[in-house]
Amino acid sequence: MPRPHLALLAALLAASGVFALSDRIDPYYLDVLVGIGINIILAVSLNLVNGYTGQFSLGHAGFMSVGAYLSAAVTLFLGPQLLGAGGGTALAQNALFLAALVAGGLSAAFAGLLVGVPSLRLKGDYLALVTLGFGEIIRVLIQNFEPLGGALGLNGIPASTNIFWVLAGAALTVFTVTCLVRSTYGRGFLAVKDDEIAAEAVGLDTTRYKIVAFVVGAFFAGIAGGLYGHFKQTISPGGFDFNRSIEIVVMVILGGMGNTVGVVLAAILLTLLPEVLRPVAEYRMILYSFLLIVLMIARPQGLFNFRFDKSKS
Amino acid sequence: MLTVTDLSVSYGAISALGGISFTIRPGSIATLIGANGAGKTTTLRTISGLLRAKSGRVTFGGADITKLPPHQIVARGLCHVPEGRMIFSNLTVDENLAMGAYLQKDKERIARDRDYVFSVFPRLKERLAQQAGTLSGGEQQMLAIGRALMGGPKLLMLDEPSLGLAPKLISTIFEKIVEINRSHGITILLVEQNANLALEISHDAFVLETGRLVMQGKSPELRANPELKAAYLGG
Amino acid sequence: MINGISLGAIFALIALGYTMVYGVLRFINFAHSDVFMVGAYAGYFIGQHVPEHTVWGGTLALVGSMAVCALLGILMERLAYRPLRGAPTLNVLITAIGMSLLLQNLGQYFFGATPRPYPELFPVANYAFGGLVVSSSQLAVIGVTAGLLVVLRFVVLKTKIGTAMRAVSLNPKAASLVGININVVISFTFGLGSALAAAGGVLYALNYPSIDPLMGVLPGLKAFVAAVLGGIGNIPGAALGGLLLGVVETFVNGSEWSTYKDAIAFAVLIVILLFRPAGLLGKSTVEKV
Repeated sequence: MPRPHLALLAALLAASGVFALSDRIDPYYLDVLVGIGINIILAVSLNLVNGYTGQFSLGHAGFMSVGAYLSAAVTLFLGPQLLGAGGGTALAQNALFLAALVAGGLSAAFAGLLVGVPSLRLKGDYLALVTLGFGEIIRVLIQNFEPLGGALGLNGIPASTNIFWVLAGAALTVFTVTCLVRSTYGRGFLAVKDDEIAAEAVGLDTTRYKIVAFVVGAFFAGIAGGLYGHFKQTISPGGFDFNRSIEIVVMVILGGMGNTVGVVLAAILLTLLPEVLRPVAEYRMILYSFLLIVLMIARPQGLFNFRFDKSKS
Repeated sequence: MLTVTDLSVSYGAISALGGISFTIRPGSIATLIGANGAGKTTTLRTISGLLRAKSGRVTFGGADITKLPPHQIVARGLCHVPEGRMIFSNLTVDENLAMGAYLQKDKERIARDRDYVFSVFPRLKERLAQQAGTLSGGEQQMLAIGRALMGGPKLLMLDEPSLGLAPKLISTIFEKIVEINRSHGITILLVEQNANLALEISHDAFVLETGRLVMQGKSPELRANPELKAAYLGG
Repeated sequence: MINGISLGAIFALIALGYTMVYGVLRFINFAHSDVFMVGAYAGYFIGQHVPEHTVWGGTLALVGSMAVCALLGILMERLAYRPLRGAPTLNVLITAIGMSLLLQNLGQYFFGATPRPYPELFPVANYAFGGLVVSSSQLAVIGVTAGLLVVLRFVVLKTKIGTAMRAVSLNPKAASLVGININVVISFTFGLGSALAAAGGVLYALNYPSIDPLMGVLPGLKAFVAAVLGGIGNIPGAALGGLLLGVVETFVNGSEWSTYKDAIAFAVLIVILLFRPAGLLGKSTVEKV
């Protein structure tokens, strides 16, 4: 069995191990761990778009919200009909949850396709702005859509998310992105990033690559959204705003663009940071933004990127 | 007038100049020739402060200018007409010239320099109100040189003034370069791929090859050098 | 209509700062919208030391806040953006976002998160022109904006530093080779843009009479859209884009679609970027290989 597959298997085993022990772990730590897992999914999937393919998306939270809402809608509105009044067996509940997550991911991927096709012709700052704009538009649309709770959001989502689902999701995301980028097909992503014109000249369909990266990224963001919704049990449009997108982008940059291990570490660090800073809650955001600026100046290549920095001339 | 000592420059890990040294005599026309990628443009850019030297020294008029920013180097009278001309395309010819005199405070002197530029390039006077981007290639080159002359240079560095111009225009530009040198005593450092022409009008010549100085001497002597002839002068 | 024009005038003032900074540095200064907020607060604090309802008191608050923000803009560039000159776009953008968050959170810390009522700096009166009633604060907005636009146009087109600004925006390397100190020009641009944002902040606060540390976010984003609408880097374009957006938003606000008004700006942005990325007044340029 190739190495990534072995690693995935190990990670899944570890996830079920942690799940089996979860009764004995302090719930606070479990919560933090779930937060870390969800952020890893978000950051690693965005890294496929921003890091590996070199496109700049600022709308990841928008796709996350699509997945969160759709999967919540599935368990809330379809669930009772499918499972009956009794709530069904644990197996049926888990199967429904899995279906809801996949549906959330697919709907986010579809949203990614809708956004990606027109906007990926743009580059750099402009692409960032359009994705930001789409993210905000998704938010305003949901806010005005009463069946999904409008500005108040959805409540009473079943707490189906547990540590196993989250860790398994994170492992699957890392696995998929790694395999995709390492495959012959996936080398194209790097080619698009390094030199779009040259990639086009050797016959790569660069637009297609960008859209694939975007759609795959959006899919996992949708999954993360579904996990998030079934963890918090309540979601509202305000939770998926511009600042959430920024948070994810920061993880990718701190981790070092296109460096999955670094991005995972950055996701862990940035989820822990607010917890560590809790005693100084008043200054927390001031410190956070200050650190962000200092890090950008002091380590522009990312906190966890130790590869030799090849500067372009 | 200008002395470069053991100058090294690199782009990241790639070395572009590996320790070159040369001296330009006041009042002379010197030329730096060599193939593509030999480091000619890098040399000029480092002298004018656009690039940072890794090691070595550049002195101008006796003062060390190695670490000065470009605008302070211009203030000392060392002006650089960059490759590709780099005129301000959305500004008028008039504004381009005014920018050339950015550091000059003396109004009378600016007026005198303008008259001088117009005497060398009468065409510019006809096109004063025109946007610089709409000029022809030859006119843009004239403007680029004119703009540098407005800065009151003691030493003028020209990077590939013949690039992309028709042969007839090239000889006009080269005549003007000689004129600027003779009538105003402005020292000139000329970078050229067209080695024949450059050796014809210059006094001293330096030959660069992959970041090293491989030959130097009086231009007429180099023109007769069989080795150089074979490599750069088309037999 | 008058509401739309005065809102648009404020968007225009902020948009000018975005456009000028983008012109010389090719980056989006996300923190610009928070300079707008600081401008409003500076006007607030100065306003407490000058008599209300007087033209000179109001002018003093306005000019004072512009000076404070000019300084803030220059400092911001010097400390956060200059060390990153030449770094990848993404890093600079994140730094700008960090700067924006920093200003917002410092604002919440020092000014408190609760909105404060804004003093009436200028004399308050309503004037009727035919059937049209115009308040003095709307007149102040339109008058001050028009005045500042004329001054700005003069500075950019007729002065040496203005020409240098245009030269740097066209080709920074060539600009340094004619002896322009690029850092001075960039500081000047930040100062000028921030002063305009401060004026926008004070004028905005006069019309929407309460301020809070997050007040800059939405007007800032919309002003940015206005800048893109007019063609980013294009000064008359930014003014036009601001006016247009202000009028459109005011109309939408009065219609049954008012809950969507915040999405309008983004929809406009996306449509513009997709169909006319160079903006209404911008020239489209072909990217060189």
